[in-house]
Amino acid sequence: MTVDIEKTGPDDTPPPPTQPEAIKAIPVRHYGRYVAAVVAIGLFALIVYAFSQGKINWGAIPDYFFDDRIVDGAWKTLVLTFWSMVIGIGGGIILAVMRLSKNPVTSSIAWFYIWFFRGTPVLVQLFVWFNLGLVFETINLGFYQDEWSDFMTPMLTALLGLGLNEAAYMAEICRAGLLSVDEGQSEASHALGMSQGKTLRRVVIPQAMRVIVPPTGNEVINMLKTTSLVAAVQFTELFRQAQNIGQSSGAPVEMYFLAASWYLVMTSILSVGQYYLERHYARGSSRSLPPTPFQKIKSTVFSVRRPKGVTA
Amino acid sequence: MSANAMVKAEGVHKSFGPVEVLKGIDLEVAPREVFCLIGPSGSGKSTFLRCINHLEKVNAGRLYVDGELVGYRQKGDKLYELKDSEVAVKRRDIGMVFQRFNLFPHMTAIANIVEAPIQVKRESKAVALARAEQLLDRVGLADKADSYPSQLSGGQQQRVAIARALAMEPKLMLFDEPTSALDPELVGDVLDVMRGLAEDGMTMVVVTHEMGFAREVGDALVFMDDGVVVESGHPRDVLTNPQHDRTKSFLSKVL
Ligand SMILES: Nc1ncnc2c1ncn2[C@@H]1O[C@H](COP(=O)(O)OP(=O)(O)O)[C@@H](O)[C@H]1O
Ligand SMILES: [Mg+2]
Repeated sequence: MTVDIEKTGPDDTPPPPTQPEAIKAIPVRHYGRYVAAVVAIGLFALIVYAFSQGKINWGAIPDYFFDDRIVDGAWKTLVLTFWSMVIGIGGGIILAVMRLSKNPVTSSIAWFYIWFFRGTPVLVQLFVWFNLGLVFETINLGFYQDEWSDFMTPMLTALLGLGLNEAAYMAEICRAGLLSVDEGQSEASHALGMSQGKTLRRVVIPQAMRVIVPPTGNEVINMLKTTSLVAAVQFTELFRQAQNIGQSSGAPVEMYFLAASWYLVMTSILSVGQYYLERHYARGSSRSLPPTPFQKIKSTVFSVRRPKGVTA
Repeated sequence: MSANAMVKAEGVHKSFGPVEVLKGIDLEVAPREVFCLIGPSGSGKSTFLRCINHLEKVNAGRLYVDGELVGYRQKGDKLYELKDSEVAVKRRDIGMVFQRFNLFPHMTAIANIVEAPIQVKRESKAVALARAEQLLDRVGLADKADSYPSQLSGGQQQRVAIARALAMEPKLMLFDEPTSALDPELVGDVLDVMRGLAEDGMTMVVVTHEMGFAREVGDALVFMDDGVVVESGHPRDVLTNPQHDRTKSFLSKVL
């Protein structure tokens, strides 16, 4: 060490920094955490005990968990969630662009739509769609005509009710996203000769996605649960199937627990999807992305395996 | 000269609400000329550049780019506003470089450059990519093609922004304080690229506080203050021998 310093002395380079001794301090003890954990576990045990002693036939849940009707209902719930969100997101983007447009007519139409659909309960809207036959007895689209009651199937009622309502909420989310993009971006795009539509599609919306995706993920998860409302308009999705089975098998409460477990599994899977989608749209916005859980596990495993001396 | 001026302003006025920002600008930029605009902050330099590129509408007077009226079509003695699509077509031929770069952050450097040629001019991907690579090489960033803007320094971002504007093969380039947001040691690289452009005969309107660049590269210089042209001439003359008090006091602050 000292020899090195003497060698580099003449050309004025600073001596190599000596490695200071690593600090080995006694960490602060968080006694509060232990207390909280003990209390929480105790409470949880009490609740589990109470439920296990209740008059609930837990055995009925595994019996019906993969019943064909339940699986079919869960599938319908997923399909309904998907298409309602497609309508919601598509409609939301259109409404947001309309609200931000310079044209006073389009922006007022969008304002009115959002005002109406956000201001009325979605369950009421579903019933209104279901009963529109009182207003329109037949439907005539030129190429297609039918009795209203034949046209407005439970599926279509559910889709329109949920999708159009969702569009109003998505519009506000999209609007916030579009407004979050710096004005210099559309200016630069326009300066390159890009049209308003291209500027939106190629420049503004991709950047707005970073702001739009996280709340939209919440909306999807919310929608998955809200679909249970359409049981009220004769659409047999997961919740209604569970109710039906509950009535015929004499285990109604058990079937509610079964439905709750299915919803929990499905929302958990969606949450994982949301995480990866957010990562995708964070592209270019930060110098390095946080690792995925899989990468985290991998790096932990590797750093454990690596011999101590090698880690820098 | 005046018949084929690249930019010609005749009494250009521009107001934002009650505030008159441009109060009658007259000037001419000849083809292949490097035309420098200087003046204190708030004097209307950016607004004038934005008018040239149809980002703002002129309220009075006439502004021509390459002989064509900006923003309007004249039929008889009536003026018709241009549609958005017509304006977009005119902007293709005018490149613009912003103080804050305004690169598209969700695209790599090369994707930024090929975006407009592919989307607007409908060029094939191969052609656009080949030209983009040449342009990156020209601005000294051949190795940064796949970097995102957030991974580039300010100077590198600005050079990519210049390459992006050049990719549309414009006949006129507008620079709005291209080096003002840069750390001092990064300014030189950007100015070198602009010098190269000038040598290749690009017509350039440059708003700048780099008096060295104006003196060395500029062919004409205008000093603007409070929405009017106070003084104009060859950069050497104006910068070394200003005639007006306002010019003198401005130059004494920036030189
Ligand atoms: N969109 C706008 N709305 C209202 N005022 C504006 C707008 N753009 C610029 N201005 C005003 O116009 C004046 C000139 O601005 P600008 O052209 O940016 O000056 P410079 O580029 O010379 O600093 C400033 O007082 C500024 O506040
Ligand atoms: Mg300015």
